[in-house]
Amino acid sequence: MTVYVKGVVFEGVDFDDPKHWGIEAYMARGGYAALKKILSTGMTQDEIIAEMKTSGLRGRGGAGFPTGLKWSFMPRSFPGQKYLVCNTDEGEPGTFKDLDIIVDNPHALIEGMIIGGFAMGITVGYNYIHGEVFEAYERFEAALEEARAAGFLGDNILGTNFCFQLHGHHGYGAYICGEETALLESLEGKKGQPRFKPPFPASFGLYGKPTTINNTETFASVPFIIREGGQKFLELGKPNNGGTKLFSVSGHVNRPGNYEIPLGTPFSELLEMCGGMRDGKKLKAVIPGGSSAPVLPADIMMQCTMDYDSISKAGSMLGSGAVIVMDETTCMVKALERLSYFYFEESCGQCTPCREGTGWLYRVVHRIEQGLGRPEDLDLLLSVGGNIAGRTICALGDAAVMPVQGMLKHFRSEFEHHIEHKQCLVPGF
Amino acid sequence: MVTSNQAPTLSAESQAQIDRELAKYPADQRRSALMSALRIAQVEHRWLSNELIAVVADYVGVPPIAAMEVATFYNMFDMKPVGKHKITVCTNLPCALSGGYQAADYLKQKLGIGFNETTADGKFTLKEGECMGACGYAPVLLVNNHSMCNHMTPDAIDKKLAELE
Ligand SMILES: Cc1cc2nc3c(=O)[nH]c(=O)nc-3n(C[C@H](O)[C@H](O)[C@H](O)COP(=O)(O)O)c2cc1C
Ligand code: SF4
Ligand code: FES
Repeated sequence: MTVYVKGVVFEGVDFDDPKHWGIEAYMARGGYAALKKILSTGMTQDEIIAEMKTSGLRGRGGAGFPTGLKWSFMPRSFPGQKYLVCNTDEGEPGTFKDLDIIVDNPHALIEGMIIGGFAMGITVGYNYIHGEVFEAYERFEAALEEARAAGFLGDNILGTNFCFQLHGHHGYGAYICGEETALLESLEGKKGQPRFKPPFPASFGLYGKPTTINNTETFASVPFIIREGGQKFLELGKPNNGGTKLFSVSGHVNRPGNYEIPLGTPFSELLEMCGGMRDGKKLKAVIPGGSSAPVLPADIMMQCTMDYDSISKAGSMLGSGAVIVMDETTCMVKALERLSYFYFEESCGQCTPCREGTGWLYRVVHRIEQGLGRPEDLDLLLSVGGNIAGRTICALGDAAVMPVQGMLKHFRSEFEHHIEHKQCLVPGF
Repeated sequence: MVTSNQAPTLSAESQAQIDRELAKYPADQRRSALMSALRIAQVEHRWLSNELIAVVADYVGVPPIAAMEVATFYNMFDMKPVGKHKITVCTNLPCALSGGYQAADYLKQKLGIGFNETTADGKFTLKEGECMGACGYAPVLLVNNHSMCNHMTPDAIDKKLAELE
């Protein structure tokens, strides 16, 4: 798996070694040292959470919420069972980084979850794994066995009275289960339909118990922060955008793949690492943070650095770090049609604006693509979108609208051309 | 295969696998293992008939309707018979930019079927899929839900189909 490494999750992984994912190789590169440090030096829960806050680590699942702050919300003195859940339901089109983590460095995730369990006083965790990656689920289960055999998981970890059980849970094909409350419903063995919030998972989560949910990459960054210190992690990135991050680059580049680089790296440098544009074509546009992020045209993108603040200032979002690169041959109407179909297909159907609205958006974009569009269709799209966004139980509704708004903001003339001439400006795919 | 009116059964191996899943959850939350139990049953029987879903529900200890809800909600469960090998092609945007539709067209032409169809000899079923979380390795196919195949150019598809004979 192509991973360009200048970051904390994959540092030191020798991909040529067939057992690079195993516990021996992990420990040889400093693995489980953070957990040992906590248990042997008597580092307290407060100290761990303070370190997490210092690091500036923001959730890598899409929303970018500060992890230290999230961990501090967990009621530590709650008398009953509490749960820790990892979100490896990676299904946001363009994103394939968590897959590489559980395949190539699963112990970093496992160690990060054990530390999270310790910091929040949680004794049971689950990792919810995307349905389509069964072989990766098996790899994760094998890594869990290794960790149990080595005494890092289970009862009385490393001879202390700290206990933590961790299990893998395999999904079976539903994008919506990436949304954290849908994931909890699914983990309970139900349809993956998001819950109304509040209450938030920190008070009413899995089986109704306080629960903390983080993304795979978030947890996998924890061992470095505890081993090397939050300040060091922060300094790898830039203020308010601490650390390094995995970017999944797909589309029209010479070397698609995962690139783990410091936050704040200029997009132009990332593009160079990917070997530049495929067939020497010109860059047209980039979706910088997974399919839900508004598209940005080449000139704006080339001015951006890859971090939360820069991309958000440019009018989009860093999201999951999925960078979808499109060259001059890409028809934006076709691109949007395919994305709109995805949201229509994946809406769980609970809220009327999302269930009906995503279908409506798709049908209108589809008819424009088919050469049957009407001049008023573009305003219609924006108006339908306006009636979905902010009016639904979960953020899938907004996620369906943002690509439409982004496309019409930056490539409206291409849509108008389509409507007027009933065909593409460019060949498309 | 002998056809009979008897309810389908779960093999000892399937039961052992389901038991391993059940052990992961609190004793009063057996329902959490339902999705895995349905997956294991589907691997054994290739698709989920209503009768099989009821058997799984009974084994896990939930009402049949609860199992039916789960089976119909998640895309990878097959509620109708499928061929010996189910091939799902990802055509979402990132894959489409790197040959996803070409892979789909090649498969359609080679197998002589469209999406959601099965070859006359019952060997292959073709499906269109959404993002499988492997977009950097496009074109991507999933064989029988569990085996991910990357970089599926026409040559690679030929090779794969020959293996699946
Ligand atoms: C429709 C939808 C899909 C999502 N998919 C994912 C996903 O695949 N992986 C993920 O980690 N978070 C996903 N999220 C975000 C989660 O709800 C949640 O915010 C995240 O797992 C929290 O972890 P973090 O703070 O470490 O990022 C999704 C959210 C929505 C609304
Ligand atoms: S916004 Fe859409 S996906 Fe989210 S709960 Fe409502 S219907 Fe379901
Ligand atoms: S778009 Fe095909 S695997 Fe992600």
